[in-house]
Amino acid sequence: MNLLWLILVPLLTSIAVLLVQKKQQVKWIALSGATFQLVLAFILLFVYKNEIASGNTDSFLFQQKYEWFPSWHISFHLGVDGISIAMILLTAFVVIAGVLVSWNTEKMTKEFYFMLMILSFGAYGFFLSLNLFVLFFFLEIAVIPKYLLIGIWGSGKKEYAANKLALMLMGASALVLVGMLGLYFSNSQRTFDLIELSQSEIPVYIQRICFPLLFVGFGVFTALFPFHTWVPDGHSSAPTAGSMFLAGISMKLGGYGCLRVAVYLMPIAAKEYANIIIVLSTIAILYGAFATMMQKDLKYMNAYSSISHVGFVLFGIGMLTQTAITGAVIQMVSHGVMTALFFAVIGMIYERTHTRQINEMGGLLKVMPFITTVFFIVGFCSLGLPGLSGFVAEVTVFMGGWEHPDFFHRFATVLACMSIVVTAVYILRAISKTAMGPIKESYLNLKDARWNEKLAAIILVTGILAIGIAPFWINDLIKPGAEIIMQKLSMPH
Amino acid sequence: MNEFFILMKPELMITVIIFILLFIKLSGTIKNDLLLLIIQVLLLLNFLAAFFFNTSGILFDGMYHTDELIAFQKCILNFGVYLISLLFADWFMNTEHLSEFFLLMLSSLLGLDFLISSGNFLMFFLSLELATIPLAAMSNFDLEKKISSEAAMKMILSSAFSSGIFLFGISLIYGATGTINFTELPAQLNGNFLQILALVFVITAFAFKLSIVPFHLWTADVYEGSPIAATSFLSVISKGGVAFVFISVLYKVFQPMHEVWYNIIMLLSIITMIVGNLFALRQQNIKRFLAFSSIAQMGFILVGVSGNSQQGTSSVVYFILIYILSNLAAFGVAAAISSQTGKEKIDDYKNLYKTNPVLCWVMALALFSLAGIPPLAGFFGKLFLLNAGASNANYGFILFAALNMIVSLYYYLKVIRSMFMDKNENPLEKINIHPSTKFALIICSAGIILAGMLSWIYDYIQSLS
Repeated sequence: MNLLWLILVPLLTSIAVLLVQKKQQVKWIALSGATFQLVLAFILLFVYKNEIASGNTDSFLFQQKYEWFPSWHISFHLGVDGISIAMILLTAFVVIAGVLVSWNTEKMTKEFYFMLMILSFGAYGFFLSLNLFVLFFFLEIAVIPKYLLIGIWGSGKKEYAANKLALMLMGASALVLVGMLGLYFSNSQRTFDLIELSQSEIPVYIQRICFPLLFVGFGVFTALFPFHTWVPDGHSSAPTAGSMFLAGISMKLGGYGCLRVAVYLMPIAAKEYANIIIVLSTIAILYGAFATMMQKDLKYMNAYSSISHVGFVLFGIGMLTQTAITGAVIQMVSHGVMTALFFAVIGMIYERTHTRQINEMGGLLKVMPFITTVFFIVGFCSLGLPGLSGFVAEVTVFMGGWEHPDFFHRFATVLACMSIVVTAVYILRAISKTAMGPIKESYLNLKDARWNEKLAAIILVTGILAIGIAPFWINDLIKPGAEIIMQKLSMPH
Repeated sequence: MNEFFILMKPELMITVIIFILLFIKLSGTIKNDLLLLIIQVLLLLNFLAAFFFNTSGILFDGMYHTDELIAFQKCILNFGVYLISLLFADWFMNTEHLSEFFLLMLSSLLGLDFLISSGNFLMFFLSLELATIPLAAMSNFDLEKKISSEAAMKMILSSAFSSGIFLFGISLIYGATGTINFTELPAQLNGNFLQILALVFVITAFAFKLSIVPFHLWTADVYEGSPIAATSFLSVISKGGVAFVFISVLYKVFQPMHEVWYNIIMLLSIITMIVGNLFALRQQNIKRFLAFSSIAQMGFILVGVSGNSQQGTSSVVYFILIYILSNLAAFGVAAAISSQTGKEKIDDYKNLYKTNPVLCWVMALALFSLAGIPPLAGFFGKLFLLNAGASNANYGFILFAALNMIVSLYYYLKVIRSMFMDKNENPLEKINIHPSTKFALIICSAGIILAGMLSWIYDYIQSLS
């Protein structure tokens, strides 16, 4: 399969959006582009499964390599393994749902969809690239659309939030850049190529310098404690689709980068620094959970709970066992779909009630049964109810953590487990306050979800159920990728 | 004789244009719009001619030398001047002494061309003066404004000062080595105290021209006071030309002392980035804002200069090409707005997107490119500068430069925020853009979008250097 399609479709969609004039045309072009992306992602999944079933054992399939800047040995190198396909599927799901929920955007519709498509362009390119330079290029492409999305279409302290997000992510990119250059000049071939780098021996002292730079750099995207501060402001000020993209896709860029670049290329340093990662991510998990308890605003609630949930991703990576890494990837996908749905539902409720304060709501189940039901589903997924994706992901991470026999790892796992109780508290409280109880009179005339909102919710709920009920397919998908990383980690040095 | 014409083609072309302008001026009054059209056509021809018959060679016993890279550098400068003649059409139309302005600008360009080609410090000094003195007159071109004369005064005083320092440096070099010829110098340099002193003086003189901290003090006032066409020539073309020479002097002439100048360049780069960025944060006037941001950009260029390799040369030349495109686009938008409304403050741009979406997007492209955001050309330019600098394995320095990009992003975003996000009931009215300005802005925008991703541009420069 030609992977360029996955990059070209969002790019062409964004250009097409710019060229037309009417709002209706803009929306339909964006929707058809997003549908096309989803179809492509599924095709990729099936082609990949076929290849694996027919016995192809290459670590990266469908590789394509084009010379880009020959004088720097930079080539446009694409390729996928199971992990990147999982992330691409996630991206496709979130993009189409994001396009659907923003169907009624009135303000500068054209520019809005253009930004969304550029964001998805960056995300696909990032997950596909096998060259650090290309990876960085796509990582940075997404920064400005995020800034403009929050700053122009956002609400609340939007300028402040947009600035904070852009500057913190830019700072993170600076760290990534320097780490990347360190790797580039450390090998005799002078290459940015991920595969060539993984085959070359990177000196240990370079690993010790570059690993923190790259891990922290990517970690900022994934709300690594103490660099998580952009998350609450950014997510809660963004427009609905913007929050969905930020929490659903953008935070996963960081997790993927930590895994694919930092851990995969520098296994020795990864083992050395693993304990620090575990400590920081455990703090993030607990801090995020307790901070969520204090929130009164639904969006802030989900933003802080994202910090806690994404902490599991870094926690799983820090454990460095195959189960834990698989769990981390499942958690990325699961949390991506779940949090996108969460923000979508919050957006739907806010559009109707014009408030996001939990205390001001009540009895919404009576007037909008569909939206509230989805709210229940996503809430249960968040607190880890079996049968939904959150349970699968978190249990896998905990099992991976428990595989370590020593006290430190097990104690950290127990601490992380405790966050689930806290999650249950805040989720159940939020659900009961909004959905149950007496309803305000002014809410009696509120309408339930429209077709586009229903479609978006159904698509994302399907994703949650697909992982929750039948986790083995995603497990099989990720397994080869996780095995390659484990091979690198278990190599004697 | 034939060789003379071919090798000196860029300089001769400019001289011919200068003479044509003089004759037009002498032969009576001619309307500004026709004159501007003639100038634009001549400059276009001048730019196109730079693509042909480029060979390397030496003239006048090594006083003058040229090769394909030098020809390309001159071509970049010609391109920039052509863009200037298109961009500021509104201002040119209304100025009383149009032909004089271009006479001065072309003289300065001629000086820069000779500067790039000079193979001897004597020639070097003469052409530097030729490049600088017209600039002072250009700064003074808003004759009725006091601030413009002040700018010219500051310009002439500071450049006289830097010339003095430079001459002192040259005499020290002559005293220490007995030669001022570029090809003979490297063999004589051994890094003794006198030579280091001479090197410091020469770098100081360059630092004045490139407005590198702490020799930048004239920059902001001159930029603010000069008419915007002069400002853009000063900040883009003149700086670009001097930066080309700076590289070749450091890499070729002072190569034996590269350990000495590496440390100096690194230090200058760090303080230039800090000061440029910090001062840019607080600016309200768009011209001053661009002045300080260009100081910070110069600090960034020094990162590439410190690379001391073929990659260093090519990344600096490439960055300057991109810098010309991006900065001229920003100046072009600012000029279009200020010539019609007289507003030059960033706060005046509030909610400009409502009335002038296209201008806002061009400005946004230019500023994002200057900030180094992909997929725009500035991203590639900055990344290659950092790559070139990182070849010395001085990662602390590179990290510092990369972190400085965050500060610069903050103030570029300030302008973006003002245009796109801030609320304002009465934004500036719809701006009528002169057709030639429009054309130039299209060229700049296309360049900003494409010059990075089309890798052959960089590869071409790399193959020349």
